[in-house]
Amino acid sequence: MTVKVIHYLNQFFGEIGGEEKADLAPVLLQGARGPGKLLERLFPDLEIVATIVAGDNYLAKHTGKAVKEILSALTPYFEKEAVEMPQLFLAGPAFNAGRYGLACGAVCKAVQEHFDCSVLTSMFQDNPAVQEYRHDVLICLAGEDVTSMEESLRRMWGLAVKLLKGEEILPGDDQYIPQGRRRNFFHSRTGAQRAVSMLLKKIAGEPYKTEYEMPVFDRVAPAPAVPDMSRAKLGLVTSGGIVPRGNPDRIAAANAQRFGTYSLKGLLTLTSETHQTVHGGYDPTFAMEDPNRVLPLDMIRKLEAEGDIGCLHEAYYATVGNATSVANARNFGKTIAQELLAAGVEAVLLTST
Amino acid sequence: MGLPVVHACSIVPISKTVGANRIVPTIAIPHPFGDPDLARQEEIQLRKELVKKVLRALMSPIEEQTVF
Repeated sequence: MTVKVIHYLNQFFGEIGGEEKADLAPVLLQGARGPGKLLERLFPDLEIVATIVAGDNYLAKHTGKAVKEILSALTPYFEKEAVEMPQLFLAGPAFNAGRYGLACGAVCKAVQEHFDCSVLTSMFQDNPAVQEYRHDVLICLAGEDVTSMEESLRRMWGLAVKLLKGEEILPGDDQYIPQGRRRNFFHSRTGAQRAVSMLLKKIAGEPYKTEYEMPVFDRVAPAPAVPDMSRAKLGLVTSGGIVPRGNPDRIAAANAQRFGTYSLKGLLTLTSETHQTVHGGYDPTFAMEDPNRVLPLDMIRKLEAEGDIGCLHEAYYATVGNATSVANARNFGKTIAQELLAAGVEAVLLTST
Repeated sequence: MGLPVVHACSIVPISKTVGANRIVPTIAIPHPFGDPDLARQEEIQLRKELVKKVLRALMSPIEEQTVF
C-alpha cells in the first residue's frame, strides 16, 4: 500500500528561490518538490501528496502566525476519508541550517499536536533546533550539509516505516536524537554485575558502553568585558538559596521549580533576622549565621560606596541549585537575563554553593 | 554581545562542565564568601578580596573559559 506523505520544505529546497525569497509566506503545492522527488524515486511505496513551502525568515519572524497558516492549509487533508488521509508528515532534512531547523521543529510540533499522523524531521546533531525541540519532536540524524541528502533521506524513511508499523524504536539503532525518555525492561544481569564488568573492561583498557550518558551542556561565547565597573550597574544572582526570612515564594530545598526576585532597596547587608538559606544540599549553619557568606551584599554595598561599583540593581534573584533540572535552570536563567537586560544591568555576579 | 557573568563557586570542575566562562573560585560550599574559622575582621577582609577579584574578572577580556 502506498503511504501518503505531506512534506515541509524551506523556500530553497522547495524550489522557489534563495535568500531573496526567505520572507515567503507558506504555500501549499501539489506533489513532491526537491528532496521529496528523490524520496519518491528511492522508495516507490510512498507518495508525497503535497508539499508545504515557507521562507526561513518568515517562519523565524512570525512563528505563531506561520504555524497557524500551515495548519489551516493542511486541515482539508485530514478531513478526508481514512484511505485518503496522509499517514506521515516529514520536514527537512534541515542539516545544520539553524533557521530551517527551528522552522522544521516548530511545524512538526504543531502538526503532531493537531493531526493524527506520524511526524518526523531530520537534522544534524549540532543544529540549534535539536536542543529546542528534541523532547517534543522525533528528529532523525542528518549529515551536516546537503551532500548527505540521500543518506539522510534513507535513514529518515527507515525510521518512518518503523513508526508507521508501530514497531519499537531506539535512538542508537534507529539513529535519531534521544528524547530523554525512559523505558523499563528486564535485564538478565543485575546492575551490580553489569557495573563490575564495565569497570573491569575500563581497567583493562577495553571499550565499554555506559548505560547512562552524561548530559552535554551547551556553550556560549564569553561576553565582552565591562570597561569600567566603577561606572557599571551590577546584578546579583544566587543558586545558594538565600531568600528573605520565611521563604515567601516557597522555593523548594531541592529540585527547585522557581526562582524569587527580592528587593535590595535600602538594604546594606543581609542578616540572620532578614534573610535565610532554604538550600537543602549543604550545611546551612554558616549561611544562617551570616547570609553575606553566600551572597556578599555587605561587601558589594561597601565597594559601591567606595566607588568601585557604579551601582547595584535594585533586586536580586535567588533559587536553589540542588538537583534542580537543567531544563528548569535554563528557563530561570533566560527569564532572569531578560529582566537584568531590561533593567540596564551590565555585569552579573552569580554565586553558587 | 551578551551579559558578562562571573560564576563564583567552590567546585570549579562543575562550573567548567556547565559552561561558565568567567569563574572565580571561592572558599567552601557552605560559605563561598566567608570563613567562619576566621576572626570577624579577617573574614570581612577575605570577602573584600574575593569581591574585588570578581570585579576584576568582569573587567577582563577573555576568549575562552577562564578561572581567575
